[in-house]
Amino acid sequence: MGKVRTILLNQSVLADNDGEAQRLREELKEKGTFLINVMSSPGAGKTTLLVGLINRLKEHISAGVMEADIDSDVDAVRVAEKTGCKSIQLHTGGMCHLDAQMTRQGLEGLDGLPRLIFLENVGNLVCPAEYDTGAHLDAVLLSVPEGDDKPLKYPLVFQKCGLVIITKTDAGDYFPFDLQKCIRNIRLRNPRADILPVSAKTGEGMRELSEYILNKINGKEKT
Amino acid sequence: MHELGIVKHVIAQAEKTAEENGAERVLKLTLEIGEVSSIVPSYFTDCFEWAKKKTRLMRDTELEMIILKAVSYCTKCKNTYKTTEHAKICPYCKSAETYLVTGNEMTIKDMVIE
Repeated sequence: MGKVRTILLNQSVLADNDGEAQRLREELKEKGTFLINVMSSPGAGKTTLLVGLINRLKEHISAGVMEADIDSDVDAVRVAEKTGCKSIQLHTGGMCHLDAQMTRQGLEGLDGLPRLIFLENVGNLVCPAEYDTGAHLDAVLLSVPEGDDKPLKYPLVFQKCGLVIITKTDAGDYFPFDLQKCIRNIRLRNPRADILPVSAKTGEGMRELSEYILNKINGKEKT
Repeated sequence: MHELGIVKHVIAQAEKTAEENGAERVLKLTLEIGEVSSIVPSYFTDCFEWAKKKTRLMRDTELEMIILKAVSYCTKCKNTYKTTEHAKICPYCKSAETYLVTGNEMTIKDMVIE
């Protein structure tokens, strides 16, 4: 029998992921690449928004997309076809989120780093919030049909993000969605988050969002 | 239901620490889990019991989970209250300007190795 010892750790269960994410964030910063982690529930309009955004941004900067889904490559194909930018599909193999290691593998598959990369996380408001991907900006989409009370039901993702994009504002006439109430609910969870309402369909708010992202890339970055 | 993903990270970190300390096996692993941390202890235990069989040093590791109560603090009336009963709104003054003091912990506290 060997000697029995107790080792004190007192470290987060995700400390290894947090460390890897921080390393990745710094490496990307050195290489001049800005990574945005895009999270939302399934069907909030992540892919449509990214297509619209990239088509506005691509005259200013090079962009790429990593699509994470449990299966299929429909999103990666759609983004590549509609924007002409680099796009790859990551399969999480049943996992409901991406972690920093999976993000790194995806980046290696991109074949060269553009100035801006969107990481379209798995459609899920619960698990992706727990895992730091190494992104410089965490953005959450909340679509009008989902309801203005979503931040109350899924607190963590709204608490951790830096930007909330309210999507599908063109559907406002058809749903009992109160924008001011929604903003108050987001503020309850996160007094510092930036909030931008957009419609990728009509283009409303898309110019402001594009400028916001360009400013983020050229200015203050999460360190 | 992301317990399996977290179990994977916990085992990786525990095995790494065990190896660094020259252990032959891990006898016990203790975690501190907050009541509102989004980990469901019974799911976590099931995932851990399955995943530990695939490890080298943790096949027989006993898992202990210490559950920490969730407590929120109201910045308006300076009271604390049980988060699980009243969530974001202070039960004393109805303010929403409250924050969680304890309850979202997900910590590997310690481990016993041999």
